[in-house]
Amino acid sequence: MCLAIPARIDEISEDDPLLRTGSVDFGGIVKRVSLVCVPDACVGDYVLVHVGMAISVIDQEEAEKLWSYLEELGERLDERTEVG
Amino acid sequence: MRYLDEYRDAGLCRSLVESIEKLEPAPTALMEVCGGQTHTIVKYGIDRIIPQQVSLIHGPGCPVCVTPADLIDKACELGSRKDVTLCSFGDMMRVPGTDRDLLTVKSQGGDVRMVYAPLDAVRCAQETPDRQVVFLGVGFETTAPANALAVHYAHTHGVENFSLLAAHVLVPPAMTSILADPDRRVQGFLAAGHVCTIMGYKEYEPIAAEYQVPIVVTGFEPVDLLQGIYMCLKQLKEGRYCVENQYARSVKPDGNVSARDLIQKIFTVVDAEWRGLGTIPRSGFGLNEPYRQYDATLRFGLKPTHKDEETECISGSILTGQKKPDECPAFGITCDPEHPLGAPMVSSEGACAAYYRYRKGQLHQIGSSTAGR
Ligand code: SF4
Repeated sequence: MCLAIPARIDEISEDDPLLRTGSVDFGGIVKRVSLVCVPDACVGDYVLVHVGMAISVIDQEEAEKLWSYLEELGERLDERTEVG
Repeated sequence: MRYLDEYRDAGLCRSLVESIEKLEPAPTALMEVCGGQTHTIVKYGIDRIIPQQVSLIHGPGCPVCVTPADLIDKACELGSRKDVTLCSFGDMMRVPGTDRDLLTVKSQGGDVRMVYAPLDAVRCAQETPDRQVVFLGVGFETTAPANALAVHYAHTHGVENFSLLAAHVLVPPAMTSILADPDRRVQGFLAAGHVCTIMGYKEYEPIAAEYQVPIVVTGFEPVDLLQGIYMCLKQLKEGRYCVENQYARSVKPDGNVSARDLIQKIFTVVDAEWRGLGTIPRSGFGLNEPYRQYDATLRFGLKPTHKDEETECISGSILTGQKKPDECPAFGITCDPEHPLGAPMVSSEGACAAYYRYRKGQLHQIGSSTAGR
């Protein structure tokens, strides 16, 4: 449930100051998530996403490693609801 | 089960196992706190490739598993109401309450919906202004910022038909309660990487010092776990008891400051009930004064159900590490993932589900412990 899945930020929207959101790519699946807790993250950065919220910025190598591990673990990369 | 040989960093794992062996550890019990870590340990047989005298105890680190039946009962009660839409993460749907789960409520016509993010529930409330929308907000510190954001957003956007049935629990008080037990076996902790990504690890420092236990913030891949185990054992060997960070790739000493600010704005620390562990003082989050109008318990006047839980499930002993899942008489007999008797069998990160998935049928062949060497 506390698993967080890596994603790359493709686009950032700050129309609503409370809701800094971004379109992120979980290695193929694209979703809109909150970027409120990663105020310094930019387009192209990699973040760990948990229940629709980016919680930390990680480097690309780490993101790629985690993707392949999650695949190995049999978790789908779309951060399905069950992963919480 | 998958063996470590198939893992891409198998060579690194093997050399970590050798380093652990070289420490010649005394008989030691370490507890991994996070359910994701338990999953990796059981899947790759990490507990079987490290020296026999080091045992890994699976801790209470799965929020799904520690959510009390009383809260599920309240969620079911709300989900059955004609005027309420109850939104939840998918993995709470089959967690048994006293006599039913949310999936049953849904099949009986209740408006129970699975959502990906807490904010989705607020959007649902905006789209259906004539209905009350309640989000079942469970989770550890990792999930708290997303739940806090949902409440904050509802407040600033005037979404008054939204409320939160909150059951947030906090890891450090649970660790303290395990350590304070006079019969405790745990001599060191692998702390949960993603929880610390939010909160940092400074609050663990007094715990390590007071109870004289090493606490190593650890990730959830096989290499992370072996490294965390090594760091814990090394501290014990050297007679040191401090907090170390194996998972620096994601965890900073102060955690995520924006996330912590958000949590602090919305939540306040309260006593919380844990399934299997009872009430632990100051171990959960409740809504702060300006946001209490979003508390579903108050809005709907929900009372504790106090139904007696008569069950053969020994999840309390599982969650405190006193027993392993295969020591439960119901394991694999009357309790399996299709018909779970307790939460640790429901959640994908529960210890019982991990044992069932990877170890059923080979439970007593511990002799096969050379897996992966
Ligand atoms: S095997 Fe089933 S009944 Fe036994 S502790 Fe686990 S969840 Fe409970």
